[in-house]
Amino acid sequence: MLEITTTRDNPMVDPSLHVWGWEIPVYLFVGGVVAGMMILAGIAMMRIARGEDPKGFFSIQTPLLGFMLLNVGMLALFLDLAHPLYVWAVYLTFEPMSPMSWGSWVLLIVYGVLLVSALIRLPDAWPWLGRRVPVLQKLSDTIVGRPGLMKALGWINVVLGVILGIYTGILLNTMVARPLWNTTILGPLFLVSGLSAGAAMIHLATRIFPGRPAPQGLIGGALASMVQTLGPQPPGKRTIDSIIRADLGFLAIELLLIGLLVIGLLTSSAVHADAAKLILGGPYTWIFWGGVVLVGILVPLALQALELGHRIPHTVVPAVLVLAGGFALRWVMVNAGQVSQFAQAAAG
Amino acid sequence: MARFGMVIDTRKCVGCMDCVVACQTENDVPEGYCRDWITTEVRGTFPSLTMEIRSERCNHCDNPPCVYCCPTGASHVENFGKTVQVTANRCIGCKACVAACPYGARFINPKGYADKCTFCMHRVKEGKDPACVSVCPTRCMHFGDLDDPKSPVNELLRTRTHHTLLPEAGTKPRVYYLT
Repeated sequence: MLEITTTRDNPMVDPSLHVWGWEIPVYLFVGGVVAGMMILAGIAMMRIARGEDPKGFFSIQTPLLGFMLLNVGMLALFLDLAHPLYVWAVYLTFEPMSPMSWGSWVLLIVYGVLLVSALIRLPDAWPWLGRRVPVLQKLSDTIVGRPGLMKALGWINVVLGVILGIYTGILLNTMVARPLWNTTILGPLFLVSGLSAGAAMIHLATRIFPGRPAPQGLIGGALASMVQTLGPQPPGKRTIDSIIRADLGFLAIELLLIGLLVIGLLTSSAVHADAAKLILGGPYTWIFWGGVVLVGILVPLALQALELGHRIPHTVVPAVLVLAGGFALRWVMVNAGQVSQFAQAAAG
Repeated sequence: MARFGMVIDTRKCVGCMDCVVACQTENDVPEGYCRDWITTEVRGTFPSLTMEIRSERCNHCDNPPCVYCCPTGASHVENFGKTVQVTANRCIGCKACVAACPYGARFINPKGYADKCTFCMHRVKEGKDPACVSVCPTRCMHFGDLDDPKSPVNELLRTRTHHTLLPEAGTKPRVYYLT
């Protein structure tokens, strides 16, 4: 028998670590969605450059939606800081060993690229702006009119999206003290989950904000450019089907990576196998297998397969479930990971 | 250049918590928080029991995960004594270091920045021992340079059996416990 007592009783550390609340899962989720949307929008931009999809419907305003979503994530991240007035200190240095430092700088570049990607199509959605700000119209004409530039912007979106999607997983993965996070699979898992959630967000946006003639004038136009996230033209059925088909692939890979994550932990050292018990019989079992795997992956996988086979009508239900599952994955990993400890397992 | 470490004799420690109180007084640690603490480990089945009492704190690791994860460089290894320190006005309070430490040695000061044991560098620079070491009534705590083969801490490590906390975490801790 081993009994350990300690007089340490620091808030947020004892009895078990709880330094991150709702803010970090929200940020990781939104970051993943934006990463997925950047990759998909980047691919669409490359198709526009090749002339395969002249309308390139989902590249049109996807960066703008991503830009708005990222603001929500950054707000959550800021609210999490305990010393927020010193946030500028992040941009006085680059710490190559710190995933958070990488992330901070990558986010700055992501913001710039999303802004350029959104602005080049803004005069289309909001002609008033194009007329009043000729520079913007010129920028838009320059990039949209040159396939080479469009292709380059597409590639930049894809590469940044991959980095953004993977870094959120690596951020947790590098913390040796939390065995549940000590697996590099978290990086690709969060990336694929982000791709799937990004596809779901685009799907949802096409349903909620279908194309319609844009209102005229300053206010109406601005509103249309914000709300009609996918531009004035509704996407064709084939395009929607291709998003759903891609999402089937993402969900299948996500399922595979979750399997590998569990196997990896169970076959690793005692502390890691112990950490895996948090989702295998422990307090996070139901939310993980019921919320993340069943509701977030298996059900939408089945529904979308049936939709593609024309067995059931298209609805937004799978997209909503995928988004909920994507958030649940981050919520479980952040919370269960904080509970997992080296000391506890080693002592037990 | 020195590389400071601590050697604590668990055969002498009685868990009186003088070190804890001395630290809180010396470093003005906010109420309800602690930079060092006492851990009691009891093994066996009654009546065959063994007990180890330890005064624990930041291990000023040679391979410090809290320093690696810090996005601003606020957590850093100081040149003098190679100790791990926090620059409060560079810390953004992201709490990554608190999550990264396997020893739970860090906390967020109510003022917002990450806080922990400093090995009382302000005292050491004046040639004194850290507050916890200087008040220990059983003289079970020893502070010194691990890079100096003739230092008393190295003499103890050479002649006595000892262990560190969670060596399997790979952090290379510099607080040693004599058994």
